[in-house]
Amino acid sequence: MNALRPPHPRAATLAVWWRNLKVWRRLLGPALAMNFGEPVLYLLGLGYGLGVFIQGMGGMPYLTFLASGIVASSAMTTASFEGMYSVFTRMVPQRTYEAILATPAEVDDIVAGEILWCATKSLVSAAAVLLVAVALGALEPRPGLLAVPAVVLLTGLAFAGPALVISALAPNYDFFNYYMVLVLTPLMILSGVFYPVETLPAAVRALVDFLPLVHAVDLARGLATDQPLDAPLRHVTVLGTYALVGAYLATVLFRRRLIR
Amino acid sequence: MTEPIVRAHALAKHYGALAAVAGIDFEIEPGICFGFLGPNGAGKTTTLRMCMGLSPPDGGRLEIFGLSLPRHGRRVRARMGVVPQADNLDPDFTVEENLRIYGRYFGLRRRILDTRIPALLEFAALAERAHARTEALSGGMKRRLTLARALINDPQLVVLDEPTTGLDPQARHLVWARLEQLRARGTTLLLTTHYMEEAERLCDRLVVMDHGSILDTGTPRELVNRHVEPEVVEIRNAPAHLEGHLLDGGCRIERVGSSLYCYTRRATALIEHLRDQPGLVFLHRPAGLEDVFLRLTGRELRDT
Repeated sequence: MNALRPPHPRAATLAVWWRNLKVWRRLLGPALAMNFGEPVLYLLGLGYGLGVFIQGMGGMPYLTFLASGIVASSAMTTASFEGMYSVFTRMVPQRTYEAILATPAEVDDIVAGEILWCATKSLVSAAAVLLVAVALGALEPRPGLLAVPAVVLLTGLAFAGPALVISALAPNYDFFNYYMVLVLTPLMILSGVFYPVETLPAAVRALVDFLPLVHAVDLARGLATDQPLDAPLRHVTVLGTYALVGAYLATVLFRRRLIR
Repeated sequence: MTEPIVRAHALAKHYGALAAVAGIDFEIEPGICFGFLGPNGAGKTTTLRMCMGLSPPDGGRLEIFGLSLPRHGRRVRARMGVVPQADNLDPDFTVEENLRIYGRYFGLRRRILDTRIPALLEFAALAERAHARTEALSGGMKRRLTLARALINDPQLVVLDEPTTGLDPQARHLVWARLEQLRARGTTLLLTTHYMEEAERLCDRLVVMDHGSILDTGTPRELVNRHVEPEVVEIRNAPAHLEGHLLDGGCRIERVGSSLYCYTRRATALIEHLRDQPGLVFLHRPAGLEDVFLRLTGRELRDT
């Protein structure tokens, strides 16, 4: 069989997703504490603390600017952590995939189910950010907010594939530090979450434009604050490309790791 | 003649320069318990992985239920149950949930699972534990749950990789009893083990494997008759001068550490001689699979 063939997920994908949902429901308390606690701390700490010195940013109050950016970055962080630490836990110490592969389910189903699950968790964490932001008055409850989950889902998919790629290559948990320090943290700082990308040097900005988070931030911020979107198709295309290429590479690499 | 349920011909698997499985042939008749006996690193687990369609062979042919592997892995696994060597139950789920989610991977409907799960819990003697967290189970209970889980799809063939390794004697006997029950129902069992007692007790047919090759095939009795003399006398802390005497007496001698093993057709004279030696500790027993195993695979320590 050709190891590079395109992914062919089937019905068992949903069983993999459902398993993760059931485990998550079991551990709901700590999960939600994280989902709600983080945005509260960021918005109160940075938004109010830093906001005192900043009159406004990008034509809106700083708290609003920050909240609409964090919606997107939390989708990135959540999908990435799930795709690395949780997936690795299921793959190596818990041997969950070994158990699944003894059934008619295949590697393609596992990868597709995990990617869907990562995106689902992005949705939950971004929803928590939105709720906190509205409760703190950072965002107004506008109809545009209802479109934000679609952006978040796409963002989750765009980061899930790459995170699974890293998991498929990881010999141990420490390996994830490289991805955190070389990819996630720079993206978080440079993608317009905390300040507009227009202030970056032109070369850096051009580079950042090839990376997914800035597109997620632009879409989420535009929709959450009811501002006209600039080049929405381009944003969606970049995110969609990361999602598809990431899913393909993750599938190929997981086949290589699990079918020996 | 019934068609074999598993058929392997010149089956081979290499990892780099290492031939994990070096071209083996075997056939398994339906309804029997077929054992792979061999030391660590003999190629048993690799053979099982190929049977599951999770390890593409580098050479030869492998068919299960008349379907070739790894091509028809999904269809084969739909009719197969697997008990892996290391527990891989879901620690966050209850006993019952572990069975239910596993059924989902097979695409089994809720209604089927609703009737099958209580029966399996009964079979595994876990009915009272249905809602216990899996993490809280003892090693023996986890093994039984893993066995119950392997039966969720009502398989024709159950593959078990060292099913009782690490269990205490009580737990091991309970697992054996369940496996005998399964075989009595007509389920074909394929197991690997390095416990002779397990192989002797459960297996109708065996292959002895080492270094990726099959050394011999047969029923436990055939293997014993073919490879070792019927009687064994083990002598602990045997003094050096004894060895010469035993050789004169027509024994085949093996020394392992400070013990001597004398293989012979008639041990009567030897035993009389040993009785005359005060302080000598010895044991007279019929030869078994362990003797075959040690004879075929050698006595050096395996550190793999």
